[in-house]
Amino acid sequence: MTREITYLEAVREALRQEMQRDERVFIIGEDVGVYGGAFGVTLGLIQEFGEERVIDTPISELGIAGAITGAALTGMRPVGEIMFMDFITLASEQLVNQAAKIRFMFGGKAKVPCVMRAPIGSGTGAAGQHSQSLENWFVHIPGIKVVAPSTPYDVKGLLIQSIRDDNPVLFLEGKLLYKTKGEVPEEPYTIPLGKAEVKRSGRDLTIIAYSIMVKRAMEAAEQLAKEGIDVEVVDPRTLKPLDTDKIIQSVIKTGKVLIVHEACKTGGFGGELAGVISESEAFDYLDTPIVRLAGRDMPIPYNRNLEYHTVPQVENIVEAAQKLARLEV
Amino acid sequence: MSQNQHPYEPLDESVKNKIAFNQGNDRLKAWLALMCKIRAFEEKAEELYTLGKIHGTMHLSIGMEASAVGAIMALDPNDLILSTHRGHGHCIAKGADLGLMMAEFLGKECGYCRGRGGSMHIADVEGGNFGANGVVAGGIPLAVGVGLGLRMQRTDKVIMCFFGDGAANSGPFHEALNMAAIYNLPAVFICENNQYAMSFPYKKAFKVARIADRAAGYGMPGVTVDGNDIFAVYSAACNAVDHARNNGGPFLIENVTYRWRGHSKSDANRYRTKDEIDEWKQKDPIQRLMAYMVDSERLSADDAEKVQQEAYDSIDVAVTYAESCAEPALDTIEEGVYA
Repeated sequence: MTREITYLEAVREALRQEMQRDERVFIIGEDVGVYGGAFGVTLGLIQEFGEERVIDTPISELGIAGAITGAALTGMRPVGEIMFMDFITLASEQLVNQAAKIRFMFGGKAKVPCVMRAPIGSGTGAAGQHSQSLENWFVHIPGIKVVAPSTPYDVKGLLIQSIRDDNPVLFLEGKLLYKTKGEVPEEPYTIPLGKAEVKRSGRDLTIIAYSIMVKRAMEAAEQLAKEGIDVEVVDPRTLKPLDTDKIIQSVIKTGKVLIVHEACKTGGFGGELAGVISESEAFDYLDTPIVRLAGRDMPIPYNRNLEYHTVPQVENIVEAAQKLARLEV
Repeated sequence: MSQNQHPYEPLDESVKNKIAFNQGNDRLKAWLALMCKIRAFEEKAEELYTLGKIHGTMHLSIGMEASAVGAIMALDPNDLILSTHRGHGHCIAKGADLGLMMAEFLGKECGYCRGRGGSMHIADVEGGNFGANGVVAGGIPLAVGVGLGLRMQRTDKVIMCFFGDGAANSGPFHEALNMAAIYNLPAVFICENNQYAMSFPYKKAFKVARIADRAAGYGMPGVTVDGNDIFAVYSAACNAVDHARNNGGPFLIENVTYRWRGHSKSDANRYRTKDEIDEWKQKDPIQRLMAYMVDSERLSADDAEKVQQEAYDSIDVAVTYAESCAEPALDTIEEGVYA
């Protein structure tokens, strides 16, 4: 049965259902127990599964990353939580040098099936150290997968699939998406990693966006439709592995691309997307240069107005799309 | 630096004799043989490196054999270890096949890691060795996860995690030992204090006399022992393993020892004197066990000679096997990145 729940509830439901299905699955992180996690995602799970499977930790991000990696080596399916993605800086040694590399360095003779969840993004007034989107750091690391869902439906199916995947998966949840609602089936289901989805079909231009920027791109597309600009929105959903085929197909169809993400523009995932398109057969179909609309190359400021203007908003997407749509060959 | 200020109590002679009696002569001889194999393996690896047959770098544990063998002999075969960049001894003591190990050093497809890991990342997952580690302290947080997994699976296995004095000053040491303690995990932490974190002497890097004293800060027992006395190491490790296996929680052991060789192949020994190295060579853990066995008539001098010769012979067999193995095929280059 399908009903409307929030993105946050969908994450929790995925965790609960996987823990019910597979006793190897457990949760470990800061304040994930009775507190329910900083955003309340794991609320109630400790009552259902007990302290042994919902493990509160000290303020030890590296320890959490080591715990999921080591437990995965013994055959468990752990799910770690980093309270804000910014703090993954403290855990990165274990994720980058251990979790991501163990299988390869051991000649493929071990596997590390673990998930690290972390919320990303600005818009909460938490400023420079609680608002970052550092996904591209991990996209750059072979051996780890990176998932960044945009809807309640996707977040549930992708989290269940991530838990069942035999590799380390960095699972990035959009902080501002937690309260968004959408239709989600009650029963467990999976969405394959590495499969993009066309969230809106259109003729005139392709917007490639993920996480919160899908929501903003969809709103922008509605406004643009009123002006007669027919936008296609493609959500990769998984940044690594990347569904290059679906992206290339869309660009071939529309001939124009706007890439939107919240992370800083320089060194961001948009550069990778632009590269993939440029190297593909879609290059010959491009009517205009590829355009990237991304976060400014600066820390997220505290002031509400400054914060708002640091990352792409709906009106910025509309404006960028208008310019792109009007550009002639 | 005087080497007589180490803050451990020498093992009581009666305890040593009791261990020797309980083990029996064959098992003591097996300990000796393992130590000799580690020495022979590393000497050969060094030689092959010098000849250009081994690529990269390596970290030799020559002089530290009692620490690896004494600790691992306290484990059951199904128990697990996490090793370090200076991990050849741990790997051999845990039962690794010398041929597969040497093949890995030569970068061959039949090596333990199919030539993808080399000396610094060698692992024998089937044999319970979750790997050497190229990052100092990289293995310590993994021990927390392994310990959690073992407990949740209701096994009675123990994870023994090795690291050096350098790692004991890193952040991961703190986070992981605390977590192991609060979750009461079946983990034994073995700090091999070989006096130097690369060039930085432990006496400059610590204000505590014993690294094992830090255990108290985590609410776990800790003990410092003579890491060149295999009986002292074994005795402490047995105690710690029993403690961990019987739900007593983690234990920290500091084995005070010394590496005769440099940190890695780039080391010019600028930070220590030849006299100091020679002083430690007088405490050779292999000669100590051998002398004890011969003096107490547990082993004849001829048999002692034979044990050493057999160790060198076994390495020659391993090298012959490893050299016969194929190089990894280029079309398999990306295998193993993802499962």
